[in-house]
Amino acid sequence: MEGYQFSLTGATMVALPSGALWWAAQNLLCVSDLHLGKSERMARRGGAMLPPYETTDTILRLEADLRATGATTVVCLGDSFDDLEAERGLPENEKLWLTRLQAGRSWIWVEGNHDPGPVEIAGSHLAELPLPPVVFRHEAKTGVSGEISGHYHPKARLNLRGSSYVRPAFLIDIDRVIMPAYGTYTGGLHAHTAPLCDLMRPDAIAVITGSKALAIPMPRDK
Amino acid sequence: MEISSKFDHWLTSRNWTLHPHQRELLSYAARPAQLLIAPTGAGKTLSGFLPTLLELEDGTHTGLHTLYVSPLKALAADIKRNLQTPIDEMDLPIRVEDRTGDTSNTQKKRQRAEPPHILLTTPESLALLISYPDAPKIFSGLKRIVIDEIHALAESKRGDQLMLALSRLQSLCPDLRRVGLSATVDDPDAIAKTMAAHPDSCPILFADPGPAPDIQMLIGETPPPWAGAGAAYSVPMVLEQIEKHKTTLIFHNTRAQAELFFHALWLENEASLPIAIHHGSLDREQRQKVETAMTQGALRAVVCTGSLDLGIDWGDVDLVIQIGAPKNIKRLVQRIGRANHQYNAPSKAMIVPANRFEIIECQAALDAVLAGELDGETLPVGPLDVLCQHILLLSCAGPIDPIALFNEVRRAGAYSGLSRAEFDDCLDFCATGGYALRRYEQWHRLKDMGDGTYTLRDPRTASRIRMNAGTIQDTDTLKVRMQRRRGGAPLGEVEEAFAATLTPGDTFLIGGQVVRFEGLRELVVEVSKRANKEPKIAVFGGTKFATSTQLSERILHKFETGDFRGLPDYTTDWLELQKTMSVLPQRQTLLIETFPRHDRHHLCVFGFAGRNAQQTLGLLLTKRMEEEGLAPLGFVSTDYATLIWGLDPVRDPATLLDHQKLEGGFENWLAGNAVMKRSFRAVATIAGLIERNLPGQRKSGRQATFSSDILYDTLLKYDPDHLLMRIAQIEAMRGLVDFGRIRNMLNRVEGKIVHKALPHLSPFSAPLFLEAGRIPVKGQAIERLVANEAAQLMAEAGLKIDA
Repeated sequence: MEGYQFSLTGATMVALPSGALWWAAQNLLCVSDLHLGKSERMARRGGAMLPPYETTDTILRLEADLRATGATTVVCLGDSFDDLEAERGLPENEKLWLTRLQAGRSWIWVEGNHDPGPVEIAGSHLAELPLPPVVFRHEAKTGVSGEISGHYHPKARLNLRGSSYVRPAFLIDIDRVIMPAYGTYTGGLHAHTAPLCDLMRPDAIAVITGSKALAIPMPRDK
Repeated sequence: MEISSKFDHWLTSRNWTLHPHQRELLSYAARPAQLLIAPTGAGKTLSGFLPTLLELEDGTHTGLHTLYVSPLKALAADIKRNLQTPIDEMDLPIRVEDRTGDTSNTQKKRQRAEPPHILLTTPESLALLISYPDAPKIFSGLKRIVIDEIHALAESKRGDQLMLALSRLQSLCPDLRRVGLSATVDDPDAIAKTMAAHPDSCPILFADPGPAPDIQMLIGETPPPWAGAGAAYSVPMVLEQIEKHKTTLIFHNTRAQAELFFHALWLENEASLPIAIHHGSLDREQRQKVETAMTQGALRAVVCTGSLDLGIDWGDVDLVIQIGAPKNIKRLVQRIGRANHQYNAPSKAMIVPANRFEIIECQAALDAVLAGELDGETLPVGPLDVLCQHILLLSCAGPIDPIALFNEVRRAGAYSGLSRAEFDDCLDFCATGGYALRRYEQWHRLKDMGDGTYTLRDPRTASRIRMNAGTIQDTDTLKVRMQRRRGGAPLGEVEEAFAATLTPGDTFLIGGQVVRFEGLRELVVEVSKRANKEPKIAVFGGTKFATSTQLSERILHKFETGDFRGLPDYTTDWLELQKTMSVLPQRQTLLIETFPRHDRHHLCVFGFAGRNAQQTLGLLLTKRMEEEGLAPLGFVSTDYATLIWGLDPVRDPATLLDHQKLEGGFENWLAGNAVMKRSFRAVATIAGLIERNLPGQRKSGRQATFSSDILYDTLLKYDPDHLLMRIAQIEAMRGLVDFGRIRNMLNRVEGKIVHKALPHLSPFSAPLFLEAGRIPVKGQAIERLVANEAAQLMAEAGLKIDA
């Protein structure tokens, strides 16, 4: 797969330009923070009426990654739905679409802060997924090794002669990977801000997503 | 209406007599709408308030009588002071209060319960007032509305919002009378039309314009440089003028230029004349300090930008200097009016050309001022994003009846041509989001009540809608603060995009001092003092104005008629040389020069379409050149020309300018362009798709918010005909892209292209080689740039790429 290949506690993985993580040895594709149903949740809460196309767009991209990798295991790393009601409120055609993608695959929903508790849609539901030598969980814990998490929606910035280029990014060091958000309606937290700087080792890198996966030293304030 | 004896006594006691236009305006007090056009210093505001003071003199009126709306909060405070004097001295039973974004919440609540006789406010505060369910009570008894500086409001969406609010007020108070006060403008009829309740007429009263201004170009022994906009060369001349006058205002077209010039002034200010700087990026406290010092007469000069354009009284200004060509005749006239705030004395002003070409432009502007000619863009029809916001705000006040509201909206001049379909689109957007895909019906923002009216589904939405009111766009800015002085006043603000390009150690200018960027901390730009270093160019703030169509026409007219009066010898020599070696550009034709230089081929289009349009033309032409395989490498634009360089010569420029191909390419190009995204953001914010402020928004929760670009990309992909996409395109075409002027230029020349294939560059194209702002043609280049930069960073950090 075209992407940035690295090794985490002995497991060889590829950070894909789309923001998904590919673990060839396990035939596993991991995506984080899909936030499906976000526009519905905003509208329900009396917020802005956002264009209701983000779920379609997110699933379309996921479908493309599944086709390209031929993954047999899919890990959704939490905050897959913007809230539990958003999951229930997903239109029938989108639920069916997800079910179609699940056919013939082992599908794991790891729980996140937006979507704790059991989900209605098929697939196993876990608080975290240990798959030695790594563990998949939604929010990073300090002091652990071999962890793949999401939650923070990291993004990184490159300065290009007077203009700047900001993209969602993987943060990677020898202990952990923090994945970018995969959902269409997701913002980001700059890699150089406090929680991310504290979590990552000084020699961490950021892999910028987009048309190519590009590694840079993780941007820091100082 | 006649002046009362009490008033007459008061005027006599002060040794004042009314100006003829003030007396005349008083006699028209009963008219439903009246516009007064008067120069600065002609007592416009008193004219506007006279009928109010007289009507309130007997103390029988209860509740609100007159609403005063001005574009500036500061102006409202100023007027309050000025009104209080006659009220106190004549002991009139009149209560005057202001209501702006700065008014406290308790005060605001009290005002709603117990409105004063005269309420001074801004369009934004008024929009909020009509969104309250008790609006009919607040405004009951309202008789008059005075709109100050209406020329400034009429040009922006703030004016559209105001006129929509007036339509609502007129429904609440059918006998409301409107008075507009305006500076001299090119098209008073257009303003009259927008301010009257459609289809009422609005008579215009012209005050005596006063004596012609004493205005000249300031050029000395040294000619200005060939290119650039800063005019640093003129610092000694300007200092000399400051010394000769009491108080000088020095206007610049952009904030960055004002900063650079101010810095340069102080480097040579050996006499230590008290000179300050004032512009919109500076912190409010800083600006207020300058304003106070100014009114106290403690300053000899203020370097400023458009933030000082509007009518606050600055006291004894006896000279106005405009640095750089004014780009727009009307703005120049209004700036000149800032000098000599006495009605009957001529204003004294000087224009400093920033480069050789600007000498011609300045002379053209001078001719226009003396001929009393002004320029102006035709006012656009009422923008629909403002209407969306208006509908939402009104829905906060109570149920909406679409038919009644449609008729009410059409009484606002700018919306008189609004179609029912357009109105329904806006209402649908407010109610459901207006998407092609219908989703989550049960969560619609406005609920159809079944009796034809619409009401807010969730009443709590009202506070969010109110938080989002207003049409002024703050570009995303970050505060700048001295490091380790977090409690101290910020120095000012810079645009987020500028801050993003800074790396620690970079220096830039703000508030006239060179500071060193130390880092970003919780969205504050932290800096330290570094007086010893040259600043990195300050590129924050301020748009670059494009030379107006009228001014460009005047320049071309000069070339055609050979009228070189007023121009210095070195300029006429330059023009003669261009005539000999190539040809001078004309109005009915389009001059294109091609020539080789070093190992590149160049093409120069003298379109005189203004900076923004020339820039767009550069993008479109290089795109066409890529299609034709002509390998363009880059281009640079000014207000009058675009210079393109590439690997191959262009043998037939006319094919590149093919109308249809240019338009076709334009549509595609525009959709993916940053300008479109920027217009979309503005439109989506005004229409209420993107919320400016959320109640109780967590500061650290940045990952919860996402950029408007994502919404734009999503709509482009799934719903490209959405209302907001249509509005954004209209705005982009008119604004920074300015495609309208390219079209006008192509129509003007009707395919008559004069192609001069020259052996080398021409006198007119030469300065373009010195212009800053060269734009590389990207194609695949951005990808390569990103990859190179990433590789270099990894190498520098000693990291290995093992992909």
